[in-house]
Amino acid sequence: MGKYIIKRILIAIPVLIGITIIDYGIMCLVGSPLEMMQGPRVSAGAIEAKEIALGLDKPFYVQYFIWLGQLLQGNLGYSIKSSQAVSVMIGSHLGPTLLLMGVSLLVSLLISIPAGIYSAVHQYSKGDYAVVTTSFVSSSIPSFFLSLLLVYLFTVKLGILPSSGMTTLGTGGGAADVAQHMVMPVIVLAVSMAGSNIRYIRSSVLEILQQDYMRTARAKGIGRFRVIYKHGLRNALVPIVTVIGMQIPTLFGGAVIIEQVFSWPGLGLMTMNAISNRDYPVIMGVCLLSAIVVLVANLITDIMYAVVDPTIQLK
Amino acid sequence: MGKRSQEEKFQEKKSREKKIQENTIIMESYLQTVFRRFKKHRLAMVSLIVLGILCVLAILAPVIAPYDPNAIVGDFGAAPTKEFWLGTDQIGKDVLSRLLYGMRVSLLVGVLATLISTVIGVVLGLLAGYFGGIIDMVIMRITDIVMSFPYMLLVLVAAAIFRPGMWNMILILGFVDWPGIARMVRGNVLALRETNFIKGNIVAGMSVPHILFSEILPNTAAPILVYATSVLALSMLDEAALSFLGMGVQPPTASLGNMLNGAQSLTVLTNQPWLWIPPGLLIVILVTAINFVGDALRDALDPKA
Repeated sequence: MGKYIIKRILIAIPVLIGITIIDYGIMCLVGSPLEMMQGPRVSAGAIEAKEIALGLDKPFYVQYFIWLGQLLQGNLGYSIKSSQAVSVMIGSHLGPTLLLMGVSLLVSLLISIPAGIYSAVHQYSKGDYAVVTTSFVSSSIPSFFLSLLLVYLFTVKLGILPSSGMTTLGTGGGAADVAQHMVMPVIVLAVSMAGSNIRYIRSSVLEILQQDYMRTARAKGIGRFRVIYKHGLRNALVPIVTVIGMQIPTLFGGAVIIEQVFSWPGLGLMTMNAISNRDYPVIMGVCLLSAIVVLVANLITDIMYAVVDPTIQLK
Repeated sequence: MGKRSQEEKFQEKKSREKKIQENTIIMESYLQTVFRRFKKHRLAMVSLIVLGILCVLAILAPVIAPYDPNAIVGDFGAAPTKEFWLGTDQIGKDVLSRLLYGMRVSLLVGVLATLISTVIGVVLGLLAGYFGGIIDMVIMRITDIVMSFPYMLLVLVAAAIFRPGMWNMILILGFVDWPGIARMVRGNVLALRETNFIKGNIVAGMSVPHILFSEILPNTAAPILVYATSVLALSMLDEAALSFLGMGVQPPTASLGNMLNGAQSLTVLTNQPWLWIPPGLLIVILVTAINFVGDALRDALDPKA
């Protein structure tokens, strides 16, 4: 087990280096962030001074190694726009995003696990047909359109839910207030994930139901419910772990759009602002962080396989 | 002597014709089987018809659109009337005409992006699976790297860098979507390479490009087709999201996504639903239909069923 984890981490390192290089290559194509500050009131000398201060006068590969060296010391650089440390900016925006992602993932699993199992157990019934059809529609709705529909319904028409931010301005906030602000973004993220999750869990459970040990369990004469929930569900944990692992990158991407629509003060909103300001230390920091999260999520998924399924041998 | 050889030639020709006939019959019957299985999926048949009609409408947009999509023809933000079936937008353009042209752009972006990513994915997957070794390792590591970036973030960053616009959008989506296809094709090639007919081809001394594209590729065509439909659905959703955020197709060119852009303002959202509900619904209908067709194709093409 320990050996396997070390091997996986060693494989991940070249991927990670590749990620930083590609990341940096893309950023070099962006053009200079100094173009943003050009204007009649800024002298050429001031721009030059800024260029040297930011190290932008050096060749790009030197800049890359400077950046990488600082990275190894835990320094992600400073925002060009606000001069804040990138790590501090990420730290302060990470909380809301993790809260939103975590709750959405949980809600989507709470919808898709029972729905997927129900659908598989009642294959080709009307209920199954309805679940599968709904799941296709839910993964075909653009998340921003669903957000607009929800805002139209709950904020404009019914006036019961706030449409933007994380807390009501002027109040101290508090858990209930945050929860109220979270309802719509969580629904949108959970729905967009639930569609593919339901179909994935359904087809995995269908496969399990055809296994010999399920027939044996039924032949023993224990009830249908116990067969499915004692023998079936435990084995269905493997596909469920896969689903969670698959959703992490999707969640990160989905959060960018949702946070923009609902003005949720998380990493996504910060990233969108950084992108429009060409604030590339911030963009690189976020890309690096998210790539690491994805790599770690993949690693944890693989390890979880071994935990839930003892027949998988890790080499 | 001359007569005999003529006779022989005649016989040969006849038998060749017979062979061709047999082959075509087998080909047809395969397609027929697929179509027969496809028809069982009623929702997919309906989706196929809906998709067909919408595609025709999109292609014929210049003929059937009542107005020029970029011309100011009516009042600002007027509600639907007999003259303007879906009303006019904030600066007096006809929404119905823009919807038809927007659908054209969105379909074009989706189809071309899918084509690009499928070609890249298939070629890389074939190379990685067939040659193995260092080529396989390099290609798969690149695939890992691209897959490790959260998809949407990568597309957004790329869209910001390469100036938003329709053609850049197509290229970006095309160059980001391929890892899934590459992995799947590689897996299939690994399995196929061990089969006797491919080993036979190698022994017979066929060229590598011939084996890859004429022997292996047709045998993995079905899963590629199914995968491509889901890529098509995803890239249409991504185009819509990016255009909605203002990072995709730029006005005045209409796309289904950027038509929804105005709904970010609360007045449009509240008072002018005809501006954002029709394009939104159209995206949902198109993508749902594509997904249903893909699902039915998966069942119809499955050799195990």
